Amino acid sequence: MRSNYKLIFERSRAGRRAFDLPACDVPSAILEIPGEMRTNEPLKLPELGEVDLVRHYTNLSRRNFGVDNGFYPLGSCTMKYNPKINEELAPMFDDVHPLLDPEMSQGCLALMRDMECMLCEICGMDAFTLQPAAGAHGELTGLMHIRAYHEHRGDLERKVIIVPDAAHGTNPASAAMAGFKVKEIKSAPDGGVDLDALRAAVGPDTAGLMLTNPSTLGLFERNIKEIAKIVHEAGGLLYYDGANLNAIMGIVRPGDMGFDVMHINLHKTFSTPHGGGGPGSGPVGVKKHLIPFMPVPRIEEKDDGELYLSYDKPESIGKIKSFYGNFGVIVKAYCYIRSLGAAGLKEASENAVLNANYIMNQLRGTYEIPHDRICMHECVVTPTEEMMANDVHTSDIAKALIDRGYHPPTIYFPLIVHEAMMIEPTESEAVETLDEFVTAMKEIAAQVKEDPAAVHAAPVTTPVGRPDEVTAARKPIVKYEW
Amino acid sequence: MAPNDRKYTRDHEWVMVEGNVAKMGITAHAAEALGDIVYVELPAVGDETVMGESYCVVESVKASSSVYSAVTGKVVEINEELDGAPEKLNEDAFANFIAAVEFTEINEAELMNAEEYEKFCEEE
Amino acid sequence: MRSYVPNTEKERQEMLESIGMTEMDDLFADIPKDLRLNRPLDLPKPMSEMELRDLLYDYVSMNDEGGPLFRGAGAYRHYIPSLIPQLAARSEFYTAYTPYQAEMSQGMLQSLFEYQTVICDLTGLDAANASVYDGATAAAEALLMLRDNKRKKKVLYAASLNPNVVAVMKTYAHCAGIELVEIPMTDKGVTDIEAVAANMDGAAGYIAANPNYYGCLEPMDDISAAVHAAGGLLVAYVNPITLGVIRRPGDYGADIAIGDGQPLGLPLAFGGPYVGFMAATKKLMRNLPGRIAGETTDAEGNRVFVLTLQAREQHIRREMASSNICSNQMLCAIMASMYCCTMGPAGMREVAEQNINKAHFLASKLCALDGVKLRYPNTPFFNEFVIDVKNAEEINKALAKYSITGGLVLPDGGMLWCATEMNSADEFDFVCDIIEDTLDSVGGEE
Repeated sequence: MRSNYKLIFERSRAGRRAFDLPACDVPSAILEIPGEMRTNEPLKLPELGEVDLVRHYTNLSRRNFGVDNGFYPLGSCTMKYNPKINEELAPMFDDVHPLLDPEMSQGCLALMRDMECMLCEICGMDAFTLQPAAGAHGELTGLMHIRAYHEHRGDLERKVIIVPDAAHGTNPASAAMAGFKVKEIKSAPDGGVDLDALRAAVGPDTAGLMLTNPSTLGLFERNIKEIAKIVHEAGGLLYYDGANLNAIMGIVRPGDMGFDVMHINLHKTFSTPHGGGGPGSGPVGVKKHLIPFMPVPRIEEKDDGELYLSYDKPESIGKIKSFYGNFGVIVKAYCYIRSLGAAGLKEASENAVLNANYIMNQLRGTYEIPHDRICMHECVVTPTEEMMANDVHTSDIAKALIDRGYHPPTIYFPLIVHEAMMIEPTESEAVETLDEFVTAMKEIAAQVKEDPAAVHAAPVTTPVGRPDEVTAARKPIVKYEW
Repeated sequence: MAPNDRKYTRDHEWVMVEGNVAKMGITAHAAEALGDIVYVELPAVGDETVMGESYCVVESVKASSSVYSAVTGKVVEINEELDGAPEKLNEDAFANFIAAVEFTEINEAELMNAEEYEKFCEEE
Repeated sequence: MRSYVPNTEKERQEMLESIGMTEMDDLFADIPKDLRLNRPLDLPKPMSEMELRDLLYDYVSMNDEGGPLFRGAGAYRHYIPSLIPQLAARSEFYTAYTPYQAEMSQGMLQSLFEYQTVICDLTGLDAANASVYDGATAAAEALLMLRDNKRKKKVLYAASLNPNVVAVMKTYAHCAGIELVEIPMTDKGVTDIEAVAANMDGAAGYIAANPNYYGCLEPMDDISAAVHAAGGLLVAYVNPITLGVIRRPGDYGADIAIGDGQPLGLPLAFGGPYVGFMAATKKLMRNLPGRIAGETTDAEGNRVFVLTLQAREQHIRREMASSNICSNQMLCAIMASMYCCTMGPAGMREVAEQNINKAHFLASKLCALDGVKLRYPNTPFFNEFVIDVKNAEEINKALAKYSITGGLVLPDGGMLWCATEMNSADEFDFVCDIIEDTLDSVGGEE
């Protein structure tokens, strides 16, 4: 049944309380603060009893859908299962203050150092920093390395970052934020980088190329060696967007493909939960020639084996976050890698690719597959001409999937495919889940022919219907007035 | 139908010249292509515009588009109504200008009349 | 060995055959052979849950963190009511991605809308975003807001800002071509307001902290007047736990309020994940970076929450977006909101008062020792303060023997102490005894 769900502010009753602090065991010093600096008005916060608070959030959570609720094939986001043991172990470090003297935080420093080493091996890079808080933050950090590299060589004209038109929106946005101009190049008909367009785009102003491989179409860039050669010969560096790393662990490494700098999304490839939009973690890996520019502090080892944080890096780009990264997230990813080991990571990638190809194969004939070749960990499909002639579009199919208990794929991305649906099943889904999803997709295709109005009406099983996004943007209400 | 009292650019903007001031807006064709317009990022009075460069951004829910200036000059008036009511561009794009620019440079030869513009839209 | 792959070997083989392949390797035919790794990754052997648990205990045991803590400097130990971690562990929340599909994400979207409301009410401003990575990146994003709103590339900041925040601002400013000008402190440990006025020419605004890094409460009304008189915008970097007692940024006319939400129910966790909050006046709402939740309706008129104002963001504006932020710290934001709603107005006041009481009690006890002096004795402070003492390092070493973490030693040899509701009068006695002994034995007298 559809209904409004009360805001926590609408549940407030004056005088209710849920907090509980011990009585203060020292004298009041409130008068030490001058009156003009104090407020006499109480904050406008809700007042609830504890049970009502708990029910409010518990019932809110029931109006949400996560990987634990069901299949979540959101392309490019790698919504794999988030192991419970990792959730249990990470809070063991909750009480460690980031500015403890290093001798009191050796365990945290050792875990981070060990994590850096493992990421280097998995990616074929020479050093990693764990400081960036998310993928886009990693991109920005990586691009700052490219900028610093050229600046320190006195190569000051290199102000252009080349980005394929299939790239994630964060790529051009990060490049602009790092102070670069963005040059977009068109993709070739097979979905890969157009080598001629790339050759035409590079020059003495080229700072680098950002590339996702496998691409956002879920296809491996077969010309990667030639691409690397073109960019390097032009004097640019190669940036690897690690969003799609889940396809290639233990099979091929960005470092071996010729990339100079990259980021990883620990919340994608390495199973840490995404928290409904964060916290994530976006470690950045570099080859030797970029090590001097890495953010401070770096974890280093004294002669006696004690670890410490080194700030003495004159060529560093500086700090990009208050402390050392989203440590709690890093611990979970560390646990994941230690659980799986080398063979487990490879098995994860193989099965992620197998599951994606299995789905793509099952959907062939019902949906269009604009680039029909072996895909990697995700595939891109579109509605057929006939569906669109019935005025049924990707967004309608997405809403119809919601009614069948699935989170929809990523829709309308990549931008170069009209009406794209990007399906990434991940390795953690069983074959019968994939079969049921395919059946749902086929049911929807059939419904489009028989009763397109029903597809337009979807979703009908959710607590609310399709939102009026136009009014939300024209007359924005971004807080509750009370 | 594009009115005859003004000229048009290939980027689907209209420009109406009176003396040394050019009133500019977007065409109905552009507004329709954008869909429901939710926000108009207006320039400020006093801003410099450059011929062929963006002076305004128009947003729909899922897109944002630059609006390019047909003239080089200085903004002397903006249509503040669009700030609270961007939907006016969907309702009648030709009746709602975005900005008026006191210009120093204009390339009239590059601009189309209404008939040419209609033909341009059909061919595009 | 496991990989959380449910399909059996037999099932995998059948799936392969259904797509006309015989072995896993066939799936990777597009990857040039000479690029492939062709060897197992060199990683430690896989572990069972039991072994992993033991391994993590090994790391934990290398730390020494459980004892009394008197250190803040940007991260604070406060009491976290148990309902917060328990509710944040609802996996409908934490295993979800960004709420792109509003109909099946109302829980997250409403929680965010509530978070934004809480942040607006805490700061006294009109609009808040759904968070950024931490307080320092909030400050960096605020620089870009100032630049874009005022179209000026010079920004002033207080020398009394947390140096970690300044360091991050500098990294971002270098790339953005923003000139940062540091405004010095007076000998009272607060902003030199005359220097603000003298440097405002051509500047978009001023970023000041309240309380500042050294614990001092700044004369925000006077600062605000100076900044606004010169046509600039004021950014207030605040510790949110103070706001139950200390006046809100909106009260003294700040245009933007930012800070780190960690004190609001988030664990220390060796520096993260925390949450950067950002709030602004209505005029600046569209300059806020990243996700924003908004209220609207469905066709039946039910209240619905959505991500709104998205055309500002990277996935639409691409290189024209003012920020690249995509994933933020959603779950942490919701925990901060849960904290504020659990504490309520009375609890927020109580916790702020206890922090003031404890810090002042500790300060007076420390300064009663020979050789210990409060650096800014005439400036009001919240829960942190600087003392001048010889032998700061020795003091911390002596405290460490009892697993106590003393104040942070500053580059100039001073010590930045912090006390919160988590510290007790007994701890203060114990700490002062140890310090007294240390000063006696190493000769702390000046």
